[in-house]
Amino acid sequence: MPIWVYILASVIKSAIVLVVLLTAVAYTVWLERKVVGHMQNRWGPTRVGPFGLLQPAADGIKFLFKEDLTPPHVYKPLFLAAPLIAVIFALTSIAVIPFGNSIQLFGYSFPLQITDVNTGLLLILGVTSIGVYGVALAGWSSNNKYSLLGGLRASAQMVSYEISLGLSLVGVLIMSGSFSLRDIVYAQQGHFWGFIPRWNIFHGQFIGFFCYLMAAYAETNRIPFDLPEAETELVAGYHTEYSAMKFAMFFMAEYANMITVACLATLLFFGGWNGPLFGPPILQALLPVFWFAAKIFGFLFLYIWVRGTLPRFRYDQLMSFGWKFLLPLSLMNLIATAIAVAW
Amino acid sequence: MINIHLILFLAFGAVCVAGAINLLAQTHPINSALSLIAVMAALAGEYLLLGAEFVAAVQVIVYAGAIMVLFVFTIMLLNAGVEERTKGSRVAVLFGIPGMLLGSILVAWVVLRHSGTEAVVAGALPGAPKTIGPLLFHEFLLPFEITSILILIAIMGAVVLASKPPSAPARKGD
Repeated sequence: MPIWVYILASVIKSAIVLVVLLTAVAYTVWLERKVVGHMQNRWGPTRVGPFGLLQPAADGIKFLFKEDLTPPHVYKPLFLAAPLIAVIFALTSIAVIPFGNSIQLFGYSFPLQITDVNTGLLLILGVTSIGVYGVALAGWSSNNKYSLLGGLRASAQMVSYEISLGLSLVGVLIMSGSFSLRDIVYAQQGHFWGFIPRWNIFHGQFIGFFCYLMAAYAETNRIPFDLPEAETELVAGYHTEYSAMKFAMFFMAEYANMITVACLATLLFFGGWNGPLFGPPILQALLPVFWFAAKIFGFLFLYIWVRGTLPRFRYDQLMSFGWKFLLPLSLMNLIATAIAVAW
Repeated sequence: MINIHLILFLAFGAVCVAGAINLLAQTHPINSALSLIAVMAALAGEYLLLGAEFVAAVQVIVYAGAIMVLFVFTIMLLNAGVEERTKGSRVAVLFGIPGMLLGSILVAWVVLRHSGTEAVVAGALPGAPKTIGPLLFHEFLLPFEITSILILIAIMGAVVLASKPPSAPARKGD
């Protein structure tokens, strides 16, 4: 295809994905408040719009118009840069996530993905590992002991769990033989005995999935691993000194990371956009994207469910769980998968 | 289409050099550490231009991601202040800058002497994960394993150095 079609398609795809992602972030916050509210025998947001559906818009306007305070003793350049780093790298990783097959338009074939990098998974891991700096620098530059402790906890936790996260993915990589997320999804097509989908989770990667999920919860600083912002000990952790839009950026980064984690879990263990296809051609074209979105919704709901159910770990429990349980378990999973595949 | 490669190469190179100069010019250790991260990220970009996707990704994950996080972590924990100017640092400036210039001239001379040789075509060297894997685990298996043993020894040394001596019993109130 000519270069201008390629550039135009990339710009349009990026714009659509970004808008969808930011809307999804806003409505995940709404969903969380609503679901946790019902779990705690409350209503959650109800005032703004039907079922409180316009609450994200109201929150957005509030964040924009609030006074943007910068405390006097912070180290300004990094204090301003930290939320930007957090949100930029959280939004970047969506660029390599595929969310469906190719579509045919005007005689050209457009893959439903911003860019198909053949080391897509490594790129996501790299971007996530850089994203740690947002949190760490926010904690340090705030010049506040609670923030510093939160930042230190976050960086220690993320570095520790990144190892288990990486190792839990290697099992999937061995089975599909590619770093490209699209190829990994294609490797999971088909069924066992005609009805069980050939997804990696039913293909011997259950332990790998468990390790991935635990490590991913820790990477995104969510309950039960939300020690960097443990409000009972650290006020609000690394974002204690942040207000208005800068605070909202950390919030957006956290939820965007949750969505990326859910996307990866879907692509690597739950067959991506594979699912039953039926009906007229237009429905056949839309169903894969629907299955993909439905699986992501399932993971986001799980996140919220866990938040409403489990208490927070202690810091020493977190570290010993990560190093003494999760790391050996993911290593064993890796060895078992390698032996099974070599057989 | 070759020009875009050249432009990107020069852009990444400029970021790299600027980051390296900034690393030396900054007096605060955390700014220096962040400049080093910029240098490493720009280097990853250069590797990517050469078609070495795997090396680029590992450069970002291991160096910019993991090792530099530990650097920043240490600086944050020690709460290291602004670097002081001492007599020693003046001497370093006095001798360091001419020495650096001399070194650069030497490297430039060596490179220019062989300027007639053909450049490596982008993507001609093995860089994809599929070609690196067999190289790493078949041809260079022994060096690879020896390196991992070396790292293991380093880890054990760190644990021994960091752990409390076993002979001293913990006092009350510690």
